[in-house]
Amino acid sequence: MTIRVTMTVNGDELTADDVWEGESLLYVLRERLGLPGSKNACEQGECGSCTVLLGGEVVCACLVAAGQAEGADVVTVEGLGDGEQLATIQETFVESGAVQCGFCTPGLLVTAFDLLNRDPDPTDATIREALAGNLCRCTGYEKILDAVRLAATRQSSSA
Amino acid sequence: MEFLRPTSLSEACQLKAEHPDAVPLCGGTDVMVDLNFDRRRPEALLDLTAVPELYEWSRYDGRLRIGAAVPYTAIIEQLATEAPGLAIASRTVGSPQIRNRASVGGNLGSASPAGDALPPLLAANGEVETMSTTGARRIPIHEFFLGPKHNALRPEELIAAVHVPVASGPQQYAKVGTRNAMVIAVCSFSLALHPDTGRIGTGIGSAAPTPRAAPEAEDFLAAELADRWTAPDELPDDVVRRFGELVAAAAEPIDDVRGTADYRRHALSVLARRTLTWTWAEHRSQERAQ
Ligand SMILES: Cc1cc2nc3c(=O)[nH]c(=O)nc-3n(C[C@H](O)[C@H](O)[C@H](O)COP(=O)(O)OP(=O)(O)OC[C@H]3O[C@@H](n4cnc5c(N)ncnc54)[C@H](O)[C@@H]3O)c2cc1C
Ligand code: FES
Ligand code: FES
Repeated sequence: MTIRVTMTVNGDELTADDVWEGESLLYVLRERLGLPGSKNACEQGECGSCTVLLGGEVVCACLVAAGQAEGADVVTVEGLGDGEQLATIQETFVESGAVQCGFCTPGLLVTAFDLLNRDPDPTDATIREALAGNLCRCTGYEKILDAVRLAATRQSSSA
Repeated sequence: MEFLRPTSLSEACQLKAEHPDAVPLCGGTDVMVDLNFDRRRPEALLDLTAVPELYEWSRYDGRLRIGAAVPYTAIIEQLATEAPGLAIASRTVGSPQIRNRASVGGNLGSASPAGDALPPLLAANGEVETMSTTGARRIPIHEFFLGPKHNALRPEELIAAVHVPVASGPQQYAKVGTRNAMVIAVCSFSLALHPDTGRIGTGIGSAAPTPRAAPEAEDFLAAELADRWTAPDELPDDVVRRFGELVAAAAEPIDDVRGTADYRRHALSVLARRTLTWTWAEHRSQERAQ
């Protein structure tokens, strides 16, 4: 048996058919809905590279069963910018050198985007705590912290 | 496999009665890992995330009823005053992504000796409310854990909520691990002072086949504190030390990759002394403020 799942992804209502009941939201996004931005690394909630917003909250898409997302509002890294213009946090990641191999980047962007929505002027401790579930093997995190601080500054001066 | 998605608690109980082998699925932070790694292939998943009752919490008669699905993030943000031990423990769980989904009901369902929500529920003397088509049960938390990853839930039952008295005094939780985020505790300890009844609550994690209390340590400390609750002074060193020893003696730890049994016993006595020092200091400052 399989199920059909309909959800709103980055503002569009999308339907996936033939979904196996135990399949993760991550698999459905990547393999059935053509949204490979969210990465699959550990499938056990440890790395955060699959982070998406589900109902406005950061979650590991690898730990959400697709059927649990029925009717839900999902935002992936593909939905942070508007198609023309990158989101501020995406620009500052590029400018700060926060991207090396880039595998962790989509998850970190979604997490940092959510953080700055909740707390436009986070302390360093708050940033570290918010990003604790996103692992990066390459950068040593300093440039990622720089990128988040720069995005906070830029967004508050343009607000 | 079947994917069952009830939208009320009574429908969930009905489905569980019809499919006793269905695996309840809440935040999925334990179940989905098993599915992703092919460690479990249940006949059916019973998704509880569309059951609104399980996400509610309320206060009644000096107690809190916390729905089984309430995620750690909500406990941290909303229940830090009424259930401080549980809220402190919730802060140590996983990462923000995990805390947004994972629930106390799931922690009880998994019944891991390392479950972080479990020692504070023991220390607070909580109860587990279960529900099935034949009715509700209240299981004292001290009778809920039967063995490693084995609890008192019957196949037809769901966990509906946990109940804890609203804190009447300071509570603490501390765990030993290699870093703050994303670690399974090497051992952990929760302490609750109950000045209203003169009782002490304890909960030990990761140092026995199940989470468990340290009843001798509780009785010892309750007797020592009996005349000290009002106008409290600093506690004598030998009381603090003896409390630590009795907590360590209640554990039944093993050697594993995270630590040796000896290390766990030692670390537990340190955690017990530390949490006693913190909670007593808090009690003293509250008494002085009154
Ligand atoms: C990366 C990562 C880090 C983690 N870190 C920690 C940590 O620091 N501390 C810690 O304690 N745990 C940790 N965990 C484990 C897990 O997050 C917790 O055990 C959590 O409380 C499980 O809740 P859940 O809602 O996700 O449970 P689920 O995975 O949905 O379910 C867990 C079990 O409980 C059963 N169940 C769930 N709800 C009910 C119900 N209402 N009635 C009956 N049975 C039910 C399920 O059938 C299953 O057997 C971590 C997990 C991951 C993936
Ligand atoms: S792939 Fe989901 S957390 Fe690593
Ligand atoms: S840039 Fe390579 S893992 Fe982060």
